[in-house]
Amino acid sequence: MTTADPTKQHLIDPGICIRCNTCEETCPVNAITHDSRNYVVMAEVCEDCRACVPPCPTGAIDNWFPIAPGKAYTLEEQYSWDELPAPDAQPVATTAAEPEDVARLTSEATAGQGGPVAAPWSAEKPVVNLYNEKNPISATVAGNFRLTGDKASADIRHIVLDFGGVNFPLLEGQNIGVIPPGTDEAGRPHHVRLYSVASPRDGERPGYHNCAITVKRVTADHEGKPVKGVGSNYLCDLKKGDKVQVIGPFGAAFLMPNHAGSSLMMICTGTGSAPMRAMTERRRRKAQPKEDGKLMLFFGARTPDELPYFGPLMKLPKEFIDINFAFSRVPGQPKQYVQDRIRERHDDVWRQLNDENCYIYLCGLKGMEKGVDEAFRDICRQHGGDWDTLLPQLREKSRYHVETY
Amino acid sequence: MSIDYSQKIPNNVDLASNKTLQRALEHWQPGFLNWWGEMGPDNTSQAEVYLRTAISVDPKGWAHFDYVKMPDYRWGIFLAPQEAERKVNFGEHIGQPAWQEVPGEYRSTLRRIIVTQGDTEPASVEQQRHLGMTCPSLYDMRNLFQVNVEEGRHLWAMVYLLHAHFGRDGREEGEALLERRSGDADNPRILTAFNEKTPDWLSFFMFTFITDRDGKFQLAALAESGFDPLARTCKFMLTEEAHHLFVGESGISRIIQRTCEMMVQHKTDDPAKLRAMGVIDLPTLQKYLNFHYSVTSDLYGAEISSNAASFYTNGLKGRYEETKLGEDHRLDTAEYPVMEVVGDKIIVKQVPALTALNERLRDDWVKDVQGGIDRWNRVPEKLGIPFRFALPHKGFHRKIGIFGELHLSPDGRVISEAEWTHKHRDWMPTAEDRAFVQSLMGRVAEPGKFANWISPPARGINNQPVDFEYVRFN
Repeated sequence: MTTADPTKQHLIDPGICIRCNTCEETCPVNAITHDSRNYVVMAEVCEDCRACVPPCPTGAIDNWFPIAPGKAYTLEEQYSWDELPAPDAQPVATTAAEPEDVARLTSEATAGQGGPVAAPWSAEKPVVNLYNEKNPISATVAGNFRLTGDKASADIRHIVLDFGGVNFPLLEGQNIGVIPPGTDEAGRPHHVRLYSVASPRDGERPGYHNCAITVKRVTADHEGKPVKGVGSNYLCDLKKGDKVQVIGPFGAAFLMPNHAGSSLMMICTGTGSAPMRAMTERRRRKAQPKEDGKLMLFFGARTPDELPYFGPLMKLPKEFIDINFAFSRVPGQPKQYVQDRIRERHDDVWRQLNDENCYIYLCGLKGMEKGVDEAFRDICRQHGGDWDTLLPQLREKSRYHVETY
Repeated sequence: MSIDYSQKIPNNVDLASNKTLQRALEHWQPGFLNWWGEMGPDNTSQAEVYLRTAISVDPKGWAHFDYVKMPDYRWGIFLAPQEAERKVNFGEHIGQPAWQEVPGEYRSTLRRIIVTQGDTEPASVEQQRHLGMTCPSLYDMRNLFQVNVEEGRHLWAMVYLLHAHFGRDGREEGEALLERRSGDADNPRILTAFNEKTPDWLSFFMFTFITDRDGKFQLAALAESGFDPLARTCKFMLTEEAHHLFVGESGISRIIQRTCEMMVQHKTDDPAKLRAMGVIDLPTLQKYLNFHYSVTSDLYGAEISSNAASFYTNGLKGRYEETKLGEDHRLDTAEYPVMEVVGDKIIVKQVPALTALNERLRDDWVKDVQGGIDRWNRVPEKLGIPFRFALPHKGFHRKIGIFGELHLSPDGRVISEAEWTHKHRDWMPTAEDRAFVQSLMGRVAEPGKFANWISPPARGINNQPVDFEYVRFN
């Protein structure tokens, strides 16, 4: 006897099926049934023997969709279809609680927005907590590329993880958790590290159940004392083909709007660019990006060499994205921070702050929060507004999202 | 249950152990190959076609795909596995063990049933023999040839029964099956619908969608037969028949798709404009549907039939899915609604179910056809086009049964001869319609290319890409 893979569901494509009954006739365990519209497979009965596949005259029978364990499409859902849903369309969010340390990390990261913020109304409904520490998914490293220039002191890497055909649904702005192998000095297993995905929802390579993360090798702590970051060094040293234990997805608020005409204002430093790259890439891959609103990016780094994704960003057309770089350590030039560039663009920023369809995202080092907050406060004052009044409104409308570390 | 391919005639009936039968069939085989050469697909003996061949009758083995030259196709004799202790499941012999040999008293009736079914198989190959020259793609050409070789195999299936169980009479019937010709004035095929031409691909798709579906229901009724070899033969044929229905349903669906796309793109539903763009307007498709539906409906025979009643009572031909139906498998007292024409009104009256078995099988078929129409209608619906296909009334354009002498409109009004003469051009394909469809037929035989009037399929055959080289010419 074969047993069905719990991460895949056998489905019949009602758009192709001609209801000839051959599959139902053939199935040795009577897993196939029908109503007046559709032929369907009972997931709990199907043993995946595939006896029904060769006799099917249409090929409609030949679909195995990745699903979250225990989240098979019901017969009622299958009966209601005219065609199959997208292979990774499972909109089911689990109700399981977030792991404790994930909740703590998230709460610290979002403190800068001044209170809880929900996802934009038009955001895709995210799947969360599909895999946890007791049940992680094993991903394979499909690539590990240095993003920063040879001369840059920072080693920032673009790491592509492949889920081996298993569905790991991610939206731009969501995080995955990585558990470094081994134990800490006290002999306890390492706690989870969260990384924001840098790839859009259809994956770094579309359709292959993979994602990318942006990782900076940590060699010093916030005070500049030398320290070897366990998670980042583990990830940065990974070779193609290595296995990584991944949990998640996490995060149900720092998500992009999906409605036509929605704009994004993205402010980031360093690896905080990961979710911004994901969102930008999402918009770029959509067939007609012009139908959407503006993309405005403020991106800070020490030098161009240390700015992840600098090359690809420079290639994007100006009418697609309005990019504002700020470099703080270019020899012979004054130090520039993102807040300086925001101030310079005060007219546009003010307009965007007041545009109901503009959503604002901050991601990067904790240190940037204060400067950006002050820049917004100044711009409001300059234009006769009040940041203290505006901010709660932005929060209320899910238009202001902060994730800093 | 593997098939013995070392034999001249592949089979899973242990033909080698019955030398007389083996010799008889080996004698018939060259005649069949001659017939195929003469009446099979035109000008294709050297083409290598990506065909499905049964290598065993269990699910794992019966769909083996490879390139085959059609004359080398391994036609053979395949019966579905024997069911131990199978019984006669209906009629007056209900509960008796199913017959492995023909009961003497039913010999001539069974022979007639088998010959009539068998005759349709070569007939459709003959009707379709020129279509390869005008195929809209290699994919479609391959599907046509798959249908053709399997109709050929269905002939084998019936001839095996005739040879194995009907002695000399059976052998003579086997010869006659190779001698009749579709549309021949002197020696036509038995059933009228199988003497009609299949002049173009639209007709071919309609035929496989509608008329092969009659085949499905006839085979399904015979798969219930108390004569076990017939039941097992038909059961296996049904699995092959499904592909033919698919070819028809998806073929028309792809035509509709293409037309609807042009309608949306050019914002028009004007048949003249659409025809000028080289696609088939939806009203013309509806007319073809009306024609094929009504002609095929006649194949079920008269609504009230004592023949059908005795086939059932004698345990020879059951109802569709007989063994899945409720308690009553004798139909001594059951009733069934049948239409009747009183004046210019059509009423429904209850008649003994036993006499209405033709009508019942027709109704099952109508329901099945309607399901396909509903799926077609999803195409315009999805593209925001208000047109919907609809089946004409059961009495529309009928030649047999209670409506045979009357004229009905598609919406089921009894109309005068004058009105029919005046209106039938709106309901049935005219010579101009047929000429237009004919004018679109030109051969497209480059992998991945499709004629302008039809969309590519959603999926290739056996998971091959759509631009796969389904037929190779040498």
